[in-house]
Amino acid sequence: MMRFRLEPRERTPVWLNLLLPVLAILATLVLSSGLIVAAGADTLPAYSALFAGAFGSRFNAVETVVKAAPMVFTGLAVAVAFRAKFWNIGAEGQLLAGAMAAAFIGGLEGLAPWTLAPLMILCGAIAGGLWAGIPATLKVRYQVDDVVATLMLNFVMFYAMMALLDGPWKDPLSGYPDSPDIRMDAEFPILLERTRLHLGVAIALVCTALVWLLMSRTTLGFAIRAVGENARAAAHAGMPVARVVFVTALISGGLAGLAGVGEVAGMHYQVMANLSPGYGYTGIVIAMLARLNPLGVVPSALFFAAVATGAETMSRKTGVPVFLADIIQGASLVCMLVALLFANFRVRLQRAAAV
Amino acid sequence: MEVFDQILQTGFFAALIRVATPLACATIGEMFSERAGVLNLGIEGIMLLGAMSGFTVAYFSGSLWLGMAAAAASGIVFAALMGLLTVTLGLSQHVSGLGVTMLCSGISFYCYRLIFGQPSQPPNVQPFESVALPGLAAIPFLGPVLFNHVVLVYLVFALVPLAAWLLYRTPWGLALRTVGENPQAAASAGVPVAWMRYQALMISGALFGIGGAYFSLAQFNAFTFGVISGRGWVCIALVVLGRWDPWRCALAALLFGAVDALQLRLQSSGAIDLPYQLFLMLPFLLTVVAMAMLSRNARAPASLLVPYRREER
Repeated sequence: MMRFRLEPRERTPVWLNLLLPVLAILATLVLSSGLIVAAGADTLPAYSALFAGAFGSRFNAVETVVKAAPMVFTGLAVAVAFRAKFWNIGAEGQLLAGAMAAAFIGGLEGLAPWTLAPLMILCGAIAGGLWAGIPATLKVRYQVDDVVATLMLNFVMFYAMMALLDGPWKDPLSGYPDSPDIRMDAEFPILLERTRLHLGVAIALVCTALVWLLMSRTTLGFAIRAVGENARAAAHAGMPVARVVFVTALISGGLAGLAGVGEVAGMHYQVMANLSPGYGYTGIVIAMLARLNPLGVVPSALFFAAVATGAETMSRKTGVPVFLADIIQGASLVCMLVALLFANFRVRLQRAAAV
Repeated sequence: MEVFDQILQTGFFAALIRVATPLACATIGEMFSERAGVLNLGIEGIMLLGAMSGFTVAYFSGSLWLGMAAAAASGIVFAALMGLLTVTLGLSQHVSGLGVTMLCSGISFYCYRLIFGQPSQPPNVQPFESVALPGLAAIPFLGPVLFNHVVLVYLVFALVPLAAWLLYRTPWGLALRTVGENPQAAASAGVPVAWMRYQALMISGALFGIGGAYFSLAQFNAFTFGVISGRGWVCIALVVLGRWDPWRCALAALLFGAVDALQLRLQSSGAIDLPYQLFLMLPFLLTVVAMAMLSRNARAPASLLVPYRREER
């Protein structure tokens, strides 16, 4: 009988790092095609409709890029946090915190117009960061599990937001639980005529570069990675582990908060119940597919943004339910996890008789 | 004290039991898998899948119990997937669990839309009906509170002592606990570590599925996309609050039921004028607070989150 054995690799070759996400996505598309067939459609036409919906025209392609912006932010947020093994599942709540801060600042009268955008960005990042600081504090002070705490705080933030939108913060002119619109001069400028490509997209790219610099070129980035790889060894080497985790959480939450800022200032100009269709959770999939590398977050986010925008078109043309996008998301996370096994281990076949 | 009059009615306690039942069911499932060393974050998605598959099968077969069986079976399948990822392949339990939840949620939405389309009236079934236990239901106060419920409630009453007996009084339970505490020791005593973890996971999956289907077949009579909306995550916290013990887990579920039933009463009585969203937030907030307060006493199974590889050590 043959048995397989896993041998740890010393280093993962670069080509494998690039190949694995592609293989994971291919495996996902093959697996998902079963569901497309179940829906009575043909696989290739469905996928090509999806692709056309995402990139088929200038308008669609820009829409995909715009959709990717919040995903880049949440992907970066998760990538930074997971590097330090701070399991931040709370990007969703941190995004809402940032969005609410931005909508609040953007609605204030009496501020000079040129201060609005910087203040919204700053306050949104701070709000998201502080909301992530709570579970980080609980983790380092009281050993509260960060997965559960960050998850719970998503719901706390969502219901707090809904209580405000249904009460004191409700737009009196709207029949829905929406906040009043932000001031016209608080809206992010549009970068490309006759599209929705707004300043937030550019900020997302700048942040990607900054996070990459932070993680690969600074002492703090080194400390974050060291704490994530071996907290005990890092503490032994004199690193303030608790403080590093806390600062990581602030950065991570801040990035997630910026996702909310971009959605409010660049897209919706208000806060409403369905502001985020789960961008915070998608961020986890994006970061994993990017192998927690900030530069990998951008193509990874573009892929999931393309699936999200393309799924609508696919659904209209072929009748395949739009929720295929959700399945692709979940399946690619699972496939990527399996693929990671090949990054960290070499698979060797051996005969069991040799025990 | 009008508020207290409201609270101390039998109706309040009966509602508490109804709310706590599906949570107790799923919480005990999660407790089994964590006792074996696997944090099953697939819970939220598997409960949703259970609600969907249970409803669909009950709708087309006309049998609620067949629906329950389908919910349990679908839960077992995806718990086995969780086992493949975390036990066989030794991958991160956190991320695997989130992946399973996303996958199950996606499948639930996709299949429901595929099967039922987008009707203006959501399809529904005749849900489980309350069965008054003869004799017991006549006991003043306790009768209506405890013994006039759907059969599933009684089954969950029985599940708690059964889980405690299995865990503490059988060789199987000892093996399961050892696998969660010290898998190396368990393996050297001849316990098949991976198989024990698979068993615990599949029990958890079945109980998640049943807990989820309780919502679509007993609590309500239809499947909606928001039918679970975070209740699975609450169960993860209830296991911590219940300190990985079946009795305390059930108690934690009852406590949650009390908070939930209370908020419904306060809301409808109009005694307190607060936005209802704050009450919906309460369980999640209390969970975080309680975990911070209890964390020093809470001791998780020592090998929770640690994959077991035979070659190591």
